[in-house]
Amino acid sequence: MTTLDPGPGTTRSAESLADAKATAAGLAARRRRRPGWGLLLGQPVFVAIVLAGWAIWRSQAELDSIEQRQLDWKLLGRLTLEHLQLTAVATVIVLAIAVPLGIALTRPRLRRAAPVVVAVANAGQAAPVIGLIVLLAIWLGFGFWTAILALCLYAILPVLRNTIVGLQGVDRNLVEAGRGMGMSSRAVLGRIELPLAVPVIMAGIRTALVLVVGTATLATFIDAGGLGSLITTGIRLLRYPVLISGALLVGALALVIDWAGRVLEEVTRPRGLG
Amino acid sequence: MSEAIATQSSTDTEVSGVDIELTDVVKRYPGQRKAAVEGLTLHIPAGEIVMFVGPSGCGKTTSLKMINRLIEPTSGSIRIGGEDVGRQNDDDLRRRIGYVIQGGSLFPHMTVRQNIALVPGLLGWDRRRTAERVDELLDLVGLDPERYRGRYPRELSGGQQQRVGVARGLAADPPVILMDEPFGAVDPITRQRLQDELLSIQEELRKTIVCVTHDFDEAVKLGDRILILTDGAQIAQYDKPEAILANPADRFVADFVGAGAALKQLTLSRVSEIELCLPTVAEIGDSAPDVQRAANAAGDDSVVVLDGKRRPVDWMWTSDLSGIDRVPAPHEDTDLVTIDRRATLNDALDTMLMSSHGSAVVTGRRDEYLGVVDFQSVLARIQDGTQPEATP
Repeated sequence: MTTLDPGPGTTRSAESLADAKATAAGLAARRRRRPGWGLLLGQPVFVAIVLAGWAIWRSQAELDSIEQRQLDWKLLGRLTLEHLQLTAVATVIVLAIAVPLGIALTRPRLRRAAPVVVAVANAGQAAPVIGLIVLLAIWLGFGFWTAILALCLYAILPVLRNTIVGLQGVDRNLVEAGRGMGMSSRAVLGRIELPLAVPVIMAGIRTALVLVVGTATLATFIDAGGLGSLITTGIRLLRYPVLISGALLVGALALVIDWAGRVLEEVTRPRGLG
Repeated sequence: MSEAIATQSSTDTEVSGVDIELTDVVKRYPGQRKAAVEGLTLHIPAGEIVMFVGPSGCGKTTSLKMINRLIEPTSGSIRIGGEDVGRQNDDDLRRRIGYVIQGGSLFPHMTVRQNIALVPGLLGWDRRRTAERVDELLDLVGLDPERYRGRYPRELSGGQQQRVGVARGLAADPPVILMDEPFGAVDPITRQRLQDELLSIQEELRKTIVCVTHDFDEAVKLGDRILILTDGAQIAQYDKPEAILANPADRFVADFVGAGAALKQLTLSRVSEIELCLPTVAEIGDSAPDVQRAANAAGDDSVVVLDGKRRPVDWMWTSDLSGIDRVPAPHEDTDLVTIDRRATLNDALDTMLMSSHGSAVVTGRRDEYLGVVDFQSVLARIQDGTQPEATP
């Protein structure tokens, strides 16, 4: 029996075919997962192998007294900890400033100020950190907090810019749909704009983390500690084992931090976004 | 989905919408010499679909968005159900007005359920009531709740996304629904289905729906009334579709309506408006000679065969009844062609051309047999409809 609905029979089957295709595509996308996970596993494995190799060398190599003092396990632990502290504190401060600032600069009232603020942040990043850190130290004195200030100035741009770009990149139709349904502008920000901007903002945060972990090496110049001291000591005293160990440890730490940032990106990415 | 509608519509046909009154509404953007909307005065009756059409930039979308104050009017008043929208908190106002936009504009990071549950959530509905409502609405728009409520928008086709968009607009059961080019982003076949579905939903709910479109055919098909706007949202004509087709107010409207106004009337009339022929019917198992005698007496050369629930299953020539005892159960390829009573005359003609009987069996709720529509009755209907225009 051929039953014809208002829309002829072909209509229904054509659409259900399209639906089936969309469904298949959706499922395929689900199954494929994001390509990042392979790399995500490779990176820490690589770092672990390098560090293990270095540790074996360290425990077996014949070192002179200076080298032994510099590469003392306890000291290495303390320097790493200092380095992590610099990184963590600077990043937290950057986040606390740049994300709210970025949000504010995308609100209608302050939207026009955005280019100016981004230009200032740009200057912060363009200035060489080594110069910045020394100048600040002359002005404010040596120590941990001066280093933190320099790192923050340096790292604020990527987070600020990505927050702005991420929020600006949210489809205006979705914002209007939210407003049109009766969500307050605050609710639209919290439930629609920010979740959709998270991937871009997180990419900015990861960039900032990697920048900070690298430049924290320079903190040693103003007596703020960190793994940079191994490198400077190595150069000053011509002790290559110390220099190379320092460089290696900073590199490994940067890779680990970068990895942590990637994991964070994956974890915070809202489900439903391809 | 037609079945879900049919079961519900039997109990509820009262108007649930309220009227909308625009009085001298003006929208002027700073720095522009001409007003985007120049003194629009309009009454939208409760429970009707009013289509806003016009060339792009004529202010139709601006006018729509002023109703829920996404755009604030410069002056003038808008009343919904007698209440001035300007005096209400805009968020509260919008929660009580459904809003459906092109492509559905679903939030990609929320599941279908979360998207639909948003407005009920804003209104403080409890979990259970919201969950029941979500399932009810998914049923209404023809999506299986079990299968679809947990999906993300990107796992749906364009048509499905648009359906969820409609469901989201209906979520809090608002009396007024605003639609901005709701079916603009889907292919023509899907669009036609979505339009049919919207009409069945409206048949049941009787909301006040204001819909912006650039497609005049869509306006004719969906609209109880059509508002044709020119620059500055000046009303070129505001009337029922058949009146606009028959008597365009001026050259502008005539151009906008375009060629083939008479043919467009085919999409205006529904099969249900035609007087159906009632040929001889038989049930499976009836005595074949009796049926044949009755058919001959009535002058019919064919018989519609129904099953126990009065659903048409076969369409036999009387000659095929000779020499058999009982009316048989239908075989594989019957001559039966059926059409829903809600179908347009356009669809009916299309269907009849495929039928060896040159006519089509019309069914109603739950596929129940209603009668037969043939070319003569459709032609008579077309001639009636075009009479005023055909005289000059």
